[in-house]
Formats: sequence, structure tokens, C-alpha cells
Amino acid sequence: MLRDQDRIFTNIYGFADAGLKGARARGDWDGTKALIAKGREQIVEEVKASELRGRGGAGFSTGMKWSFMPKEVGPRPHYLVINADEGEPGTCKDREILRHEPHKLIEGALLSAVGIGAHAAYCYVRGEFYRETEVLERAVDEAYDAGLIGADACGSGWAFDFYVHRGAGAYICGEESALIESLEGRKGQPRLKPPFPANVGLYGCPSTVNNVESIAVVPEILRRGAAWFAGLGRPRNTGVKLFNISGHVEQPCTVEEEMGIPLRELIEKHAGGVRGGWDNLQAVIPGGSSVPVLPKSICDSVRMDFDSLHEVKSGLGTAAVIVMDRSTDVVRAIARLSKFYKHESCGQCTPCREGTGWMWRMMERMVEGRAGVEEIDLLDEVTRQVEGHTICALGDAAAWPIQGLIRHFRPELERRIVERQVAGEGKAA
Amino acid sequence: MPKLTIDGREVEVEPGLTVLQACEQVGIEIPRFCYHERLSIAGNCRMCLVDMERAPKPVASCAMPVGEGMVIHTNTEKVRKMRKGVMEFLLINHPLDCPICDQGGECDLQDQAMAYGFDRGRFQENKRAVEDKDLGPLIATEMTRCIHCTRCIRFATEVAGVPELGATGRGEAMEVGTYVEHALTSELSGNMIDLCPVGALTSKPYAFAARPWELHKTQSIDVLDAVGSNVRVDARGPEVLRVLPRLNEEVNEEWISDKTRFACDGLKRRRLDRAYVRRDGRLVEATWQEAFAAIAERLDGVAGPRIAAIAGDLADCEAMVALKDLMAALGSPHVDCRQDGAKLDPGNRAGYLFNTTIAGIEQADVCLLVGTNPRIEAAVLNSRLRKRFVMGGFTVGVIGEAADLTYRTEILGNDPAVIEQLAAGKHPFAERLQAAHWPMVIVGMGALARPDGAAVLAACRTIAERFEMVREADGWNGFNVLHTAAARVGGLDLGLVPGEGGRDVAGILDGAAKGEVEVVYLLGADEIDTGGLGGAFVIYQGHHGDAGASRADVILPGAAYTEKNATYVNTEGRVQRTARAVFPPGQGREDWTVLRALSDALGRPLPYDNLGQVRDRLTEVNPVFAAVGDVVPAPWGPFGAAGKMEAAPFASPVADFYGTDPISRASPTMAECSALCAAPQDRKTGTDG
Repeated sequence: MLRDQDRIFTNIYGFADAGLKGARARGDWDGTKALIAKGREQIVEEVKASELRGRGGAGFSTGMKWSFMPKEVGPRPHYLVINADEGEPGTCKDREILRHEPHKLIEGALLSAVGIGAHAAYCYVRGEFYRETEVLERAVDEAYDAGLIGADACGSGWAFDFYVHRGAGAYICGEESALIESLEGRKGQPRLKPPFPANVGLYGCPSTVNNVESIAVVPEILRRGAAWFAGLGRPRNTGVKLFNISGHVEQPCTVEEEMGIPLRELIEKHAGGVRGGWDNLQAVIPGGSSVPVLPKSICDSVRMDFDSLHEVKSGLGTAAVIVMDRSTDVVRAIARLSKFYKHESCGQCTPCREGTGWMWRMMERMVEGRAGVEEIDLLDEVTRQVEGHTICALGDAAAWPIQGLIRHFRPELERRIVERQVAGEGKAA
Repeated sequence: MPKLTIDGREVEVEPGLTVLQACEQVGIEIPRFCYHERLSIAGNCRMCLVDMERAPKPVASCAMPVGEGMVIHTNTEKVRKMRKGVMEFLLINHPLDCPICDQGGECDLQDQAMAYGFDRGRFQENKRAVEDKDLGPLIATEMTRCIHCTRCIRFATEVAGVPELGATGRGEAMEVGTYVEHALTSELSGNMIDLCPVGALTSKPYAFAARPWELHKTQSIDVLDAVGSNVRVDARGPEVLRVLPRLNEEVNEEWISDKTRFACDGLKRRRLDRAYVRRDGRLVEATWQEAFAAIAERLDGVAGPRIAAIAGDLADCEAMVALKDLMAALGSPHVDCRQDGAKLDPGNRAGYLFNTTIAGIEQADVCLLVGTNPRIEAAVLNSRLRKRFVMGGFTVGVIGEAADLTYRTEILGNDPAVIEQLAAGKHPFAERLQAAHWPMVIVGMGALARPDGAAVLAACRTIAERFEMVREADGWNGFNVLHTAAARVGGLDLGLVPGEGGRDVAGILDGAAKGEVEVVYLLGADEIDTGGLGGAFVIYQGHHGDAGASRADVILPGAAYTEKNATYVNTEGRVQRTARAVFPPGQGREDWTVLRALSDALGRPLPYDNLGQVRDRLTEVNPVFAAVGDVVPAPWGPFGAAGKMEAAPFASPVADFYGTDPISRASPTMAECSALCAAPQDRKTGTDG
């Protein structure tokens, strides 16, 4: 279990003041000038050495991502874009940061901006986060007033501006290139890659898009050193992470824990255990709605980090743990997710536009058993026709939950189909 | 140059190409729907997915730039499976109504489904249906068939410059439309029909008319403006059913204007299909012999100087040279091909050509438009100007009417005085022209078809020289005249202008009114004031019953451009030929043969008996006619006549884009467009009333 002194988000429960005064008391904005003075290269090196992996879901190395930015700032300015469009069902970690630790985000933005040679950060906040935006904007104002950001951020001579932009509620705008499109005022649709944002991003300029949590942990990494962060968790899956535990647990919560904590320990220590006891567990979606579901047998032993979950053909995603006990209709639960992806598909590319609707309709029939047994294979094949063939990852996100369901709960699907057939025959007789 | 391996073959291609283009270079065709060479890359259909080694996912070959050492597979089982998957997705919500779809037989989806489609559907759910959109009188929609490739959206936004189309809704509910329903306001909208890979956008006038395999296809040239767009004329039996663009990078790329495309239904209406002779004030049907006899009788004893001839805007060069030779034989110096009275100087070819050439526009950096609205006078040429504008670093100044040309312009004022100021270097825009490396000026008929046209022409020449627009060393000639009539340059090249002591169009009309000209021969001339012909005996040779025919005393039926093998010279001076797609209706004949036969009846036989001999005669009159398909650069020389310019503002000669000539005026489709164009703006939406 994570020691208290290793916690980064010490106010994640919101017991203390979220404003500048409270933040300073927690150690934010401490010696920021000196951190800036480390310079671009050293900041990137430290973040690389910390082995911080992006907290938005894909888990790509943050330091590596920064190093893709052009070494020299040319005629086009560099931009930092912060993805606060937290829309993944089950996920509520960025929301807590915006609510209770906004200064960690702003300070992190400043340091990250130095790391990529940017003088401006755009924070794209999910439209529904109305109050959270207010908190963030208040914090931004405080930081400007205190001279922490602005023309001479923290007296370092580095000019830095922080802009807050509210989205309009589309899930797809959490995809980095769709977010950039939306920020530019266009319809939120993912862009083709290449070119990657590091070459052609916001307003055609080199940009880096990072998740709120990735940015917010940067100041602590720089303050305490990469070795401290890398020493937590397990190799290649280092540091601390905010976990969201929701569903059939006694106490749903957002909690900071060490990477690699066993799933069972996470649920039992922090969420009061599964409703009705661990044996009442049916399945867990370990990383937000887009990763494949895991049955209890795997949940018994799996660790919560990128590689461990990858090994069991799921993923850490946003570390949003959705717990389902035995009272859950797991097929219906996944069908509901399919409906979500059908609704949120941007419609740009063929496999996702057509596939999400098809998959959802088949799932709806699976819920009632109104299908043939062979259609389970067809459904699985359709998910594989979508997976990997789309412009962005939404296609994968729509496919994986169904693949997980078929992999682990095929008997349940077959049972429904057969029962319905038998009932039909009974009626006919 | 990056080296890559495609299906085991090592190839070296130019950097900057995409994988799809590289595959094409080695002869591997990649199926695609959304990709189009002339539009931006959307990468949304996913049909062109290929397998790239060391890439985590399959890549869209249309969007992936080539890189050193790439290893691409296009024909593995995995790739075929991906394509089949995408094809299945495209088809699940496609109505599969091919038997009642106009695109049938020339449908990309149909063709590729043959290669990648399943033999049965696995989709058990209900199909999506989408409400049709009303895009105006030219484009029929069946939006349920749409596969969301967004080619039409990209064409409207990028090429046509009217960002009126877009996608609304998300996911399955995504629909292509005009947001608020209204007719498209582009002169190039018909090209979307060609671009649409399925039957979502089809031609409204051609709806349910024919199947592509029933059509006889003829490669030809358009004559409804002076661009000379290359077209393919599709006919069935005696009827031209549609006109489609043909690729010519130098002229029209692969676009044609809506008039070029849709005016062809005018070829079936108001046709002159037999000879007529006016008897007792009424035109009565006649045989060729009777018509010729009537002309011979009237011309008997009339002195040459009392005869005149005017060539119209659609006249072909063969007919014009025959007319010129006939008039010479009759001893008349009164011939003219400039119906609108444009003060074009036939003495110097560079003085009446679009010397920069249409493709050359892409090199220019500053352009000055004088008295012209290229959007309605030459819509396809205007798209080239827009293409140049989109490339960036292109300034366009306009002396003339302020109009939306689909790109940003600087309005310098609609006042000939601005030309003088520019010529003297006193206007702020002069600095732009001075700083430009490749400046060009385009002078339109709005500036030349007025009494002071020669002075305007001379002033524009001064501008061209002052700002070094003509530099032989660079091969750059930035002086351009934009014509509106397909026959004009050919007529000037053939010297169809008044001879010594001859009258121009105004002079002919004046002479006819005064009785000094007794006989006027109109070769398809309909744009003159026929009321001014007084008591003259008018012979009208042409194909449509328009203004000229109604005034005529004898009508000789000719052939329209789709019905003859004829030569035209476009505004650049490019010699191009039409080919006969159908025969002229009734007794109509190719125009030069009519003049040849008439010359016999008049006892002054012209010295050519077949097309080859007429064409030899063309070359004899002007050697440029030998270079078919090419532009012969014209040497710079003096032209125009310096003089005082009037204060009157310039006005475009084209008031109605959809009715500039006898063919489009006879077309019901064009009439519908004209009416829509003339309607007040607020009546153009589909939601009013």
C-alpha cells in the first residue's frame, strides 16, 4: 500500500483548500523557478527517467512524446494541449484533479511547456465539467495574479499563458487530434496520422497533447527526482496512479495508489470490498469502458498496471475499475457500452460508423437471446473487422468490450440463445 | 529518393508521394473511394488499407507518405480480408438498389463489390434510410446510397470555393447536406456527380435516361465558352444524352462547368432541321435547291460591297474560312466575327490571346482583372485562378464589378481611370505589380466590347509593359484576353475581320439600316441587334431558331458542335477539334459543306471538296492550325489604339451564366437554373413557404 509521504495528490478528497494558499501549503509552486531553470532538455530527461506513462489510457511514455517535438522552435510556436475532456465511462480522476488540485495542473503545465518549448497551454475541459472549469479558472486567475504564470512565470523569464476551453460534450473530442480540431473551432473528428501533432498540431503548429493526470504529476517528479517516481510500482509501470473504483463495491472512490497493486487489494482496501463479498464478484472492467471485461478468475490475481493487464488481454486504460457482482446482467452491461460507442462514433470512417451500429444491434439481440449461436462468431468477426482499421482508437474501444465478453462469457451468450429457442419450440408445440 | 518494397518488388519513388501513388507507379491498383488526386486526403473510407511491416496497425495507403525502407504488402490474405471487411461495412447500409440506380454500370462501389464483396449479406438488422436533399435542378440525390466519402464536400469547399456542403450528425446519423437546404450556388456543381463514387449524387436531367453501356462515346470539345473544355459526348441513336469532362491538364483538368454539362438538352429543342425561305412575310419550308435558288436570285447583280457577313460565337473554323473565301469571291470586304463589337486587334496575335495559358496561371503571383468576371465568363478557368489562390501567395486585383469570384480579391474600383493610374504607376496596387515576379493581367470583354475598347486595350498593354509582364527570356507572357465566345480566336486567326474599306459589325448594321448593305449573311450570329438589319436580305445559317433565324429571309440548317468534325481555337489560342457524335437532325449539314454547296449555286465554287482540303486551307491561311492541341506562343507586338477612355463603369457581357448562346437558351435545364439564379435570395432555400 502506498505510503502517505509518497502521495502526490494529497488533497484528492477535497478536504482542504483548492486555492493557491492551500496548494502552497501542500507544497505546490515550491521552487518552481529552480525547476524551470533546469531547462528543456533536463526536464525531458527527468520525465523520461521517471518512466511516466501517459495517464490518458494508451500508456505511451510521456517523456518520449515530449522528445518528438522539434528540437528548435522555428517560426511556428509550440503548444501544450491538456486533455481534460474526461469522457471515458467509469473515469473520474481528472475531474478530482480539476476540483481539488488545480494548481498541480497549472504548475505541471508550466513545467511541461518548458519541456517542449511552448509558451502557451490550452486546457480543453469536458463541457459537463462546469463547476470544475470554474475552479480551474479561479486557480488560473490566482496564478496570474501571483505572477506564477504570465509574461514572467515565477520570475524565471519564461512567458507562459494558460487558456481554458470548454468542450461541448462529445466523447470523441477526447481523442487528441479530434480535440485539436474542436479547439480550432471545427467539427470534432480525428485527423489522419501522420502527420503527428508533434509536427502539425494545434493551428498547424507543433503540439503535444497530454492527459491532465500526466501533467499534474510532473512537478512532483521534478521536485523529488525521477528515481523516486521510478522506484514506485514495477519496472516499466512506475509511479503512482489515481484509480477510480465504481460499481458494486461498498464505497466507490477515487484513490491514489501505487502502480501494480493487485486488483483485489485495491478493491478491498479502498472501496470496502465487493458488495456481498469477493465471492459475489462476477466481472471487472479494469480500465474504463473501452477495455475488455475480466471474469472473477482473473480478477483474483491480476495486478493493476499496463503490462499485467495487457498479459490478460485487457488494459489499464484510465484505471477506472468498474465492478460487477453476480446480480449484473453482464451481456446487457456490455450492450449498453456498445450503444454508447454507436452514439459517440464521429461517423468519419467506415468501419466505425457502420460497425458500431451493427455491433450494438447484434448485442441488443444477444441480450434477449434473439440470435443464432453462429452469430456469436459473426459478432466476434465484426469486432475484428473494426478493430485496427479505423482512423482513431474509438473503433478499437467499441470492439474490445465485446471481444472480452465473448472470450469470457460465451456460455452465458449461448445459454440465452438456446433457452429462447427452447421456449419458442415449447410454445410451438 | 526513398526506396521501398511493395509486394516484394523494390521501387524507388519521388519523396512526398503517398504509398497509394507509389503502388500505382508500379502498376498495383489499390481500391479506394474517398481518395481523389485533385482533392485533399480524407482517409475515411478505409478501402485502401495495406499492410506495412513494423507498423502496429494496417495503414491507409492514400494518406501514408512513402518512407525509406518501408515494406508494403498489398495482396496478402490479411489485406484482402481487410478490404472485404470494409466493403461489407459499406454495403450493410447501402440500399443495393442497383437495378434502379442511375450509377449502375459506372459505379465504383458496384465494381469493387465484384472484387471484394461477399456473395450474400450477413447483416440481419434494418438498413438505414436517409432523407433526400434538394440541391437544385442539376443534382439528383439519393442520400441513402451515400457512403460518406466526403468527396462532394471537399470539392465544394476546395475546388468550387463554395463551402456550402458539409456533414451534420455523428456516427450512423452522419448526413451530407447543405445545413439549411438550398440549391448549390456553384457553376461547377455538376462535377460532384462525377466525383460521387456511388449513386447518391446523380444527374437530374439525365435521370433514368440510359445505361452507360448503351451510349456511344465521342471525344470532343465544348464550345459554350471560350475555355474549350475537353469533353466526352455520350449519345444514344440520334440523341446526345449527356456531356462529361475529359481529362486535359492544360485546359480543364477534369472539371467542366454546369453549362457545358447540362446545356446538351438544348440540342434537341428549337432546332433548324430544314431550309426555310421567306415568302410573303412568312418563313416557309423549302428544299436546299429552293433555298439556294432564292439566295442566287437575290444576289444576282448585287455588287460585292453591298454584301456583308457576320460569324457568330459558335461558328467553327472550317465554316468561317469558307465564309471568308466566299465573301472574297463575291467581292465583299464586310466580314466580322466580333458580334459584340469588341475592339480586338487582329493585327497582333498576342493582343487577343490568353497568353499566360490556363495552366500558366499556376505560376503567377499577382493577377489584375480588368472588366471581367471569370466566374461566369469562364467558370473552369476561374477554378484555376482559385486553385492558384489556394496554393497561397496570390493577389488578385479587380478593376470592374465587385463580385464573389470564390477567392479573395482586392476591388480597385470599377472605373477605367484606375487603369490609367496603374499605367502611370500612381495607384497603390502598382506596388504589388511592381514587386511581383510573375504578374498577369486578364482583360475581359466587359472592358473591350465598348466604344473605347481599343483605348482600354492599349492601356492594358501599357500596364503589361510597365510591369514587365512580357519577358521572352523567361518565356512568360502575363498579358491575357479572356474571351467569351468559342469562335472568336479562331475567327481572328483566320482574319475574319473587315478588309480594306470593310465594315465591322456596327458598320454592317448601320449600312443595312441605311440600305447601303443589301444582303447580310449570318453564320450563326444571334447576339447582334437583329432589329437593326433594316430592309436587308438576311441569310441565316445555323442550328437553332434563335434571334438570327427569326429575322432571316433564308434559313440554311447547319450542325451544332456535337454534330460535326470541326476546329475551334480557345482563348489561349489552342487549336482543338470536336468530333461528330450524332448526325444533325433533318436536312442539317456540316456548316462548311453548306457554304461549299452555296458557292456552287452562286457560280463561284470554293476550291475544296473534303474536310482534309478545308483543313489544308486553314493552315494555309494561318499556320497555327497545323498544331492541333497545342498553343503556339504569339510574339509580342503593338496593338490597341491609345486614346481617351470613357468614365462609364465596366459591365460583364454575361448577364446570365445559364443562357449565353442559342444552345443554352434552348435548354430547359438551363432555363430552370436561370430562373433560380434570378430568384431573390430568400426564395432559394427549401424551407421558405
